Amino acid sequence: MSTQPQKVVETVNIEVDGQAMEVPKNSMIIEATDKAGISIPRFCYHSKLSIAANCRMCLVDVEKAPKPMPACATPVMDGMKVYTQSRRAIDAQHGVMEFLLINHPLDCPICDQGGECELQDLAMGYGRSVSRFSERKRVVKDLDIGSLIQTDLTRCIQCTRCVRFLDEIAGTNELGMLGRGDRSEISTSLAQGIDSELSGNVIDLCPVGALTNKPFRFSARAWELMAKPSRAVHDGVGSNLWYHTRRGQVMRAVPRDCESANETWLSDRDRYSHFGLNAEDRVLEPMVKVAGQWQKVSWDEGIRAASDALRTAITAHGGAGLGVLMSASVSTEEYFLAQRLARGLDCPNIDHRLREQDFSDDDARTGAVAFASSMTAIDTADTILLVGSNIRHEAPILGQRVRKAWRNGAQVAALNPVDWNFHFSLSTKIITAPQHMVTELAAVAKAVSTITSKEPPAFLKSALGEIQVGETHQAMAEMLLGSDNKMLILGQTAMAHEQASWLRQVSAWIAEACGADLNMVPDGGNTTGAAMAGALPGRGVGGSETDHGLDAREMIASAAKAYLLWGIEPEFDMANPAMAAKALVAADSVVAVSAFAGEGLKANADVILPLAPLAESEGLFYTFDGQSFAVEQAVSTSGQARQGWKILRRLGAELELDGFSHVDSATLRDEMLAQISAASYTSKDVELTPANSKGDLYRVGDVPMYAADALCRRSEYLQQSVHAENAFVGLNPDDAGSKGLVEGREVKVSQGAEHIMLPLQICDELPVGAVWVKSATTVSSKLGDSFGRISVEAT
Amino acid sequence: MSHKADFIAGKKDLLNEGTQAKIDHWVAKFPPEKKRSALIQALLAAQDQNGGWVSKDMIEAVADYLEVPPVWAYEIASFYSMIDQKPVGKHKVNICTNISCWLNGAEDLLSYVEKKLGIKLGETTTDNRITLIVEEECLAACCGAPMMVVDGHYHENLDTDKVDNILDGLD
Repeated sequence: MSTQPQKVVETVNIEVDGQAMEVPKNSMIIEATDKAGISIPRFCYHSKLSIAANCRMCLVDVEKAPKPMPACATPVMDGMKVYTQSRRAIDAQHGVMEFLLINHPLDCPICDQGGECELQDLAMGYGRSVSRFSERKRVVKDLDIGSLIQTDLTRCIQCTRCVRFLDEIAGTNELGMLGRGDRSEISTSLAQGIDSELSGNVIDLCPVGALTNKPFRFSARAWELMAKPSRAVHDGVGSNLWYHTRRGQVMRAVPRDCESANETWLSDRDRYSHFGLNAEDRVLEPMVKVAGQWQKVSWDEGIRAASDALRTAITAHGGAGLGVLMSASVSTEEYFLAQRLARGLDCPNIDHRLREQDFSDDDARTGAVAFASSMTAIDTADTILLVGSNIRHEAPILGQRVRKAWRNGAQVAALNPVDWNFHFSLSTKIITAPQHMVTELAAVAKAVSTITSKEPPAFLKSALGEIQVGETHQAMAEMLLGSDNKMLILGQTAMAHEQASWLRQVSAWIAEACGADLNMVPDGGNTTGAAMAGALPGRGVGGSETDHGLDAREMIASAAKAYLLWGIEPEFDMANPAMAAKALVAADSVVAVSAFAGEGLKANADVILPLAPLAESEGLFYTFDGQSFAVEQAVSTSGQARQGWKILRRLGAELELDGFSHVDSATLRDEMLAQISAASYTSKDVELTPANSKGDLYRVGDVPMYAADALCRRSEYLQQSVHAENAFVGLNPDDAGSKGLVEGREVKVSQGAEHIMLPLQICDELPVGAVWVKSATTVSSKLGDSFGRISVEAT
Repeated sequence: MSHKADFIAGKKDLLNEGTQAKIDHWVAKFPPEKKRSALIQALLAAQDQNGGWVSKDMIEAVADYLEVPPVWAYEIASFYSMIDQKPVGKHKVNICTNISCWLNGAEDLLSYVEKKLGIKLGETTTDNRITLIVEEECLAACCGAPMMVVDGHYHENLDTDKVDNILDGLD
C-alpha cells in the first residue's frame, strides 16, 4: 500500500554442472536448478509445500561434501559447486530408486496412474530392468476416504505430500504417517473420510497411483485423453483447469497453474462438478408443453413458441409483463444479448442476483468488479475482516488464500451468523444472529469513527446514536486501523442478507475510513461479467444508467405475466423459492433456457430450450477481481443443445429486434467489449431506510457448497460428500431448551404460510436467535426467504 | 491447525486429574504454540492411567487435551514402541535383541524367556501378569549387554538365573 522499503534479496554465486548462477541466499539447490531448467528427479519436494527430504530421490553431488546431498534440503552457499550428473549423483539416485521400488507393487498395467506416473517415468531413467529383490513385498490395506479419492496404499512411497498438503494448505490435518520404518503407512486417524473442500489436490500431488480420482477410475488411459484448457465458474475465482476429454466426453478435470487465480490447486467443486454433465435430466431437445404434456419439437418450433410467449406478454402488458431471471454463472455474451433482447422489448426487468433480496443501494454501486484489490492481495494482507462469510465454502480457493495470510501472520476477524469451522484462527469474532448483524457492524463503524474522528455518512450517523460500542467492536476497529494491508471481505451470507445494502454500505464506509479494500464475494461465477454487460435493472452495458426495472425479488413479488429463466432452477437458485414457485404458477407463460430440467422446472415452464453448459460452449468471463478470460469450447454440444448466445441470436431475430445478426462469437465479443469500454459507471449516494429486523428467530439460509448451481447439484460424487448432507434445522442449545425441543426429533419449521418438517440438530456454533436451514436443498425449496423470519415449533 | 476435529470434542474428560497435571508439567516446558512437543509425555501419562496401554479413546483424549489434530497423536502412538495400543499384562518386559545384546546371547535369552512364560513376543501370559513387548530395539545400555527393561527399570549383564530371579520376583 504505502511506500514500503524495497526488499533487498541477498544472493550467492553457485555453479551447477559447470553453469554459473546467482541465486537467493538460503534458497535450496533444487530451487536454483528448477529455475535454470536443470532437471533433478524428485518425489517428495513440491514448491508449495514444506520440505520433508524423505524420498531422497534428489540426491546430488556437492563438491567437498562427504556424501550425496538432497537438493531439496541443501541450502546454497557461496562458491558451492553442484554436480547433478556425476557418477556419484547418478549412483545415489539409482540406489534410491532401487529402494523405492522394493515395496512398490509394479502393477502399472492395472494402475490408473499408469502413463502419467512420476515413479514410472523416473524408473525408466533410474530403475534397473531386473529387480534384485526376491523377498515378499509388503501389502497395505486400502482406506475408504469418501466418494472422491481412491486409495491404493500398497503403491505409496511415503513422500508425505498428501499429509503436508492437508496440514499446510487445506489446514484439516486429516492424514498422517502412522507406524514406523518399513511399516509406516498413510492413514487417517480413525478410518474417517477426508472432508476438506480441497481434498482432490492430493490426487495431483501423489507422485504414484496411491491416491487417484475415484469417479474417473478405470475409465480412460492418460494417452487417450485430449487436454482442453478451460475454467471453472462455480465461483468468481475462475480456476484454471484442463478438461481431459475423450471422444467428445469430459472424462476428468485437473488444475492448470495460474498464480493470480487458483495457483496450482483446484477445489473439489471445480474438479468433480463435470460428472453432472450427463445427468438424466439433461435437456437435449427443445420441448414445448402442450395440454400439460411435454412434447419434443424442432428448434424452429421451439424458438417460435418461446418468442410467441414473450411477445404475447409484452403486447398485452407492456414491458412490465416480462421478467428475465438469469443465472449468475453464464457467459458475458449471454448477459449482453439477453439485456439487449429484454430492453429491445421495452422490458427493463432483468437481473442475475437471484439469491439476494436487498437491492436498495443499487444506485450507489461504484463499479462492476466485486473486488477492490486483487485476489492475490489476500495472501499478503495483515488484517482481514470477514463480514457474513463462510469463505471456505463460498470460494474454497479464496479460503485457502485467507489461510495463507493467517499462516503468514495476518490477523483474521469475523462477524458471522454461524461460528463456522475455519482452517484459520480468528483473533476476534462476533457471532450473532442475522437480525443483529447490522447493529454489530455499525458498532464497529462507530468505534472506527470515534478513533479516527471521521464523520460517517448521514444514513449511518442517524443509526449510530444508541448503538453501544463493546470491547470486541473496539478490538476489531483497532485491528483494522493498526495495520497496513487490510481488507474487508463481504461474503455471500452478507450479500443474501435481508439488509444486505446496510451491510454493504457500512462495510464500505469502514473500509474507506480505515483505508482498507472492500472485497465482495457474490454468489455465482460471472457476476462481474453480468454487471459489465448490463444484466441488472437500471444499469445498461458498462454500468450506464437506464430505465429502472424490477430487481430479481420484485420480479417475483410483482408476479409478471411471463418469465424468461436463463440457466436456473427457481426452486434452488432463488432467495425465496416459495414465492418464486407461486409467481411461476400464476404466470401465463414461462420460457426456460436450461441445460437441465428437474421436476420443478418441468412443472412450471411452458417452453424449455436446451442450453449448452460451459464445457460445451465458449464465452468471456470475469473473475471477482475483474480479470477477463475467454473460455473455449472443450467438447462439442450434446444432442440438440446450443450455445447461449446462438439461442439468443435466434430469439432476437424471431422477435424482429435489431442487433442480433452476429455471424460468429468474435464479432459479438468485439461489439460487446467496445460498448462496455465506451460506457461509464455512474454512482450516487443513496438514502437507506433504517434497518429494521424483527422477530426473535431468524433464518440463516446459506447455500451449501455443492448446491451452488445446477451442475454441482447433479454431480453424484459431490452429493455423496458430507458437505451435501444438509436436511436439518439447527438451533442454539438455549433456543432449543426454551422451546422444549429435543435433538433428533422432527420439528415444524415455518415461514409465512409455508412449513416443512425437519430433524432438529442442536448447534453450538449458532448464536441465540439464529435458525439454520440451508438453502438450495430439496426440502428447503418449499420455504421462503433464505434470510428472514422463521419459526420452529414442536409437533 | 485451527480446524476442529469434532469427533474428539470433549474426550479430554477421560484424563484424570493426575494425568492432566503430568501433561501440564510437560506442556509448560515448551513454547505455548508448540503443544505438539508434549505429545510423547502426554501419551505416556495417559498410558500410565490406563493400565499400561492407550486405547483409541485415550489417544483422542490426549489430542483433545493438547488441542492438536488427532492424527498427530496417532502418529506418535504408533511410532514409539514404548506406547502400546493393545491391552498389556501387569508387567512389561522388553528384551533387547539389537546388535550388542544379540552378540552377547540375547537370542537364546529371549527363547528361554518365551519357553519359561509359555508366550511369544508380543503376547501376554494367561494370568495377565507379563507381556513380552515385541521387537525391542537398542535401549542404550550396550555396555551391560545383554539387557532388558522391566516396567521401566534396566537390568544388565543378564543370564538365565538373573532373568529367573527378576521375573519370578514380579507380583
